[in-house]
Amino acid sequence: MPKRPIPQATPETAEYWDGARRGELRIQRCRSCGKAYFFPRPFCPNCSSKDVEWFTASGKGKLYSYVINHRAAYGFDDITPYVIAVVQLDEGPRMMTNIVGIEATPENLPIDLPVEVTWEKLTDEITIPLFKPQGVA
Amino acid sequence: MSLRMSVAIVGAAETDSVAIQPDKSAIQLHAEAAFNALADAGLTKDDVDGVLCAGQSPVQVAEYLGITPTYVDGTSVGGCSYMLHVRHAAAAIKAGLCSVALITHGESGRSRVGMSGWGRAPQNVGSQFEEVFGVAGPPTRFTVPILRHMHEYGTTHEQLASVAVATRRWAEKNPRAMMRDPITVEDVLNSRMIAYPIHLFECCLVTDGGGALIVVSAERAKDFPKKPVYIMGTGESTEHSMISMMHDFTESRAFKVSGKLAFDEAKIAHKDIDHAMFYDAFAHTPMFALEALGFVGKGESGPFFEEMRTAPGGDFPLNTNGGGLSYTHTGMYGMFAIQESMRQLRGEAAAQLPNVRTSIAHGVGGMFHAAGTLILTNDDAP
Repeated sequence: MPKRPIPQATPETAEYWDGARRGELRIQRCRSCGKAYFFPRPFCPNCSSKDVEWFTASGKGKLYSYVINHRAAYGFDDITPYVIAVVQLDEGPRMMTNIVGIEATPENLPIDLPVEVTWEKLTDEITIPLFKPQGVA
Repeated sequence: MSLRMSVAIVGAAETDSVAIQPDKSAIQLHAEAAFNALADAGLTKDDVDGVLCAGQSPVQVAEYLGITPTYVDGTSVGGCSYMLHVRHAAAAIKAGLCSVALITHGESGRSRVGMSGWGRAPQNVGSQFEEVFGVAGPPTRFTVPILRHMHEYGTTHEQLASVAVATRRWAEKNPRAMMRDPITVEDVLNSRMIAYPIHLFECCLVTDGGGALIVVSAERAKDFPKKPVYIMGTGESTEHSMISMMHDFTESRAFKVSGKLAFDEAKIAHKDIDHAMFYDAFAHTPMFALEALGFVGKGESGPFFEEMRTAPGGDFPLNTNGGGLSYTHTGMYGMFAIQESMRQLRGEAAAQLPNVRTSIAHGVGGMFHAAGTLILTNDDAP
């Protein structure tokens, strides 16, 4: 069975992946316009300022939207059906993720459900942020 | 500069088949469509000086056909690329960069003959921030916004299924459509779950085929065998490369920008559009188009489809070939939406409507990544 694809960092995303290995959700904020943003870029996608900084997000957010996938991607057979979600972080930016820690049913997954980050190590280099409902162990 | 009424489409044709054809490569399908469109316009390849295509490079297509062009455009932004090609051809012809533009589509989407491989490089931003979460092609990316639309506007599963039902009713009238058996809302909701909330019958087909168009200046347009179809308005835009970066999951920014450009240029009111083709990769895509293009208010598309207003007999005939959901969907379907607009405006459609004077063909590229819009007319002085 083919394995799931493993991403590789680029220079502007290395801090995100380094943080993930430590269990820290590292995203960026513009010092000029004040907006937090994702995905990583060495300038602000809102105002183009290069005066940007990395910070560790709270890891808390809400379930913005999702699908429950019934056709496994490579390497996902064992957990299908699984939730492919977009989470809106409390800091503002959105990111794709999987929702884990509960059975993948619509009833368990109301839109705007509060969620928090949890980490899955894929390789020595790559750890990814998954999210679970807040309060779930 | 306005492109309004400056060019016309004088040749339009599809490949002989738009079903499953493992005996033909993708570029062969480009060429077959090209020769069919040239014949439709009474031209040969030696008349062509502009080559525009997506999927394959225009270098490859020009070489394969034996054309030495003075203008090429390989804009490849997904299924709406051909709407952009018509727009770019209009600008190029108006600027004198070419005089006869050939736009081709050929895709072995089902049989995968002569196609480049799947998959993205591991350093691609999509690989880093989406693919790693087990997205498995368009059914798991294009569909992610739907539940947000349902949440904010009360759009229902039955309304979403109604899009597939209405579209199938058109396909029943089209002998070339791949899926022609009547279906009900219950059938759609009972079809296999692909990625909740999307069922199998709410997903487009996967087929092999092609289509091509010939564009010339409006001045020359009456010198061809068939009645020309003029370009009244055009639009294009892009938004994101990853669905997770869509600004608002209940509306497409690219659709709104592209649609407004086309309507502003065409100087036409929505009520004066007689026929519409909205790219239907999944059941929700035409819902998003109906709202973003301003035919209904935001969040109002669900009831509109549920009332079967887009089906045969309805007041808003949409996707009259049977759409990507039931007619054909090679991968970059936009070409087929334009082809059906052409057939309706020429009086050649399988499910021909009476008195079609204007048509809108609106395409999506990727997963709401890009958009292209054409407003077409068979009236030489609208």
